[in-house]
Amino acid sequence: MNEMIETESLRFAYPADEGGEPVFALRGVDLTIEKGSFVVVLGHNGSGKSTLAKTFNAVLLPTGGKVYVEGMDTLDEGLLLAVRQRVGMVFQNPDNQIVANVVEEDVAFAPENLGVPSEEIRRRVDDALRTVGMYDFVRHAPHLLSGGQKQRIAIAGVLAMEPECIVLDEATAMLDPIGRQEVLSTVHRLNREKGITVVLITHHMNEAEEADRVIVMDGGTVAMDGAPAEVFTQVEALRHMGLTVPDTVDLLDRLRRDGVEVPLDALTVGACADAIAAEFGNSD
Amino acid sequence: MNTDARGESLRAGGETALETIQPILQVNNLTHTYGIGTPFQRSAVEGLSFDVRPGEFLGIIGHTGSGKSTLIQHLNGLLRPTSGQVLLSGKDIWAEPKKIRDVRFRVGLVFQYPEYQLFEETVYKDISFGPMNQGKTGAELDHAVREAARLVGIRDEQLDKSPFELSGGQKRRVALAGVLAMEPEVLVLDEPTAGLDPAGRENLMANIRDFHRNRRTTVILVSHSMDEIARNVDRILVLKSAHILMDGTPAEVFAQADALLEAGLDVPQVTRVAMALKARGLDVDPAVYTVEDLERQLLALKKGGAPC
Repeated sequence: MNEMIETESLRFAYPADEGGEPVFALRGVDLTIEKGSFVVVLGHNGSGKSTLAKTFNAVLLPTGGKVYVEGMDTLDEGLLLAVRQRVGMVFQNPDNQIVANVVEEDVAFAPENLGVPSEEIRRRVDDALRTVGMYDFVRHAPHLLSGGQKQRIAIAGVLAMEPECIVLDEATAMLDPIGRQEVLSTVHRLNREKGITVVLITHHMNEAEEADRVIVMDGGTVAMDGAPAEVFTQVEALRHMGLTVPDTVDLLDRLRRDGVEVPLDALTVGACADAIAAEFGNSD
Repeated sequence: MNTDARGESLRAGGETALETIQPILQVNNLTHTYGIGTPFQRSAVEGLSFDVRPGEFLGIIGHTGSGKSTLIQHLNGLLRPTSGQVLLSGKDIWAEPKKIRDVRFRVGLVFQYPEYQLFEETVYKDISFGPMNQGKTGAELDHAVREAARLVGIRDEQLDKSPFELSGGQKRRVALAGVLAMEPEVLVLDEPTAGLDPAGRENLMANIRDFHRNRRTTVILVSHSMDEIARNVDRILVLKSAHILMDGTPAEVFAQADALLEAGLDVPQVTRVAMALKARGLDVDPAVYTVEDLERQLLALKKGGAPC
């Protein structure tokens, strides 16, 4: 089986206020997320991207359709623990997801609750903290750490459950550029070295450059789905959905309109500079 | 560009007329030290000096821990300098400590994530809290509230709603309106667009730009985002480990992109493209911060060069 997560006509409605209509956040989503892939989900506020993420580990349950995690139906209450153990979530605010006064205790929280034997917990906590590069802080107080360090502790807490998949719900939104880079390089490494499936929800376009696949949500449905180069070259459509394109694509798009023959899909700084230099440089 | 002594850049720029205008804010040799006499003693800002002209749109940028937040909390007297002074219209704000409250009405500070500070039953009441404490009543109060709401794009029918029924972006607008309603002479914004999506960021910045343009209020914008700062402000202060690293126009600051990267700042992607082009031998000025600028430079290059 190669599917980590599969959704079928997934719908979700937030309950209505008194006398009001229920709000449909997801209106029929069919997606398959392959094991070991790195998927970025983009969309403006209210597009349904966070709601979608929360259905992936049964924080929210479908009001219509299905979500399967390694084939397990998230609506089956008996499978709840198994689902959550496979898909871990990291949320936006680093201060809202730390529960203990010492880093190692925070990371041990989930395996303790799963009834993991204590020697095994010790091993997992140490491994997880080494993996996110925070082992030196094992006995520190979490509130004295930076935002990026706290998010890495939160990721270590998820890793200690030994999940197959990590979902990050705007986990970089409240961080400064260095903190954001720390978190991104950590999850890229987990994906590359441990084969953990990563679903990254964000509205920072540049975090999507290195992804295997980009999904753009709009109005509760999937508006685009493809490799970064396929998605970001749809400049007009992205702007129409309230999203920006990376500076690289914006520049190439403008130059093309000016009649300069450059490719549109040179996403990274290096590729973009190479493409422009090839056209503008004195190659004599 | 001057890096420490204030006023130099203005004189160097030849704008001598500006020297005669009294700065609205003057920060003189400001130092703030936390934990004095403990092993954790640390100066968050050290010997900072700069002026802010009336009506200026100033950006302050720096990595976490560079001293940004400590600095702005001195501007309206939330923190008291360990040494040095903050002058508002030429007068030391701590000259009469009992009147510090007046300074807080004149210098409005909007914190990070201000939507967490909303507390009233209705949006209207929440926005009125500040101006009511200033002593505004009746028609004057009503006018201040409605005007502030209008400035940030809160509609009349939303004024009677609970602020907690609004979306995150709208809540933030209400919190901003609460400060604008006090009609401050200086508006200080700490990361006003953090956590908003691109459309929300641009909307809120448009509101702030309009407010600045129409009222000529002095605005100080603190941000992590070089991009946002570069597109909006007249002048940038770059802080690094408690000191001013740079003080100049966006073009002057971006001319030192390498130093910015070294200070842990996020240089716009287009600036990095320009640097990469220069490294590949193209004759471009890497001190650009908008895509339009680099496009213009490249097109000029096409016209000027390559005659064959």
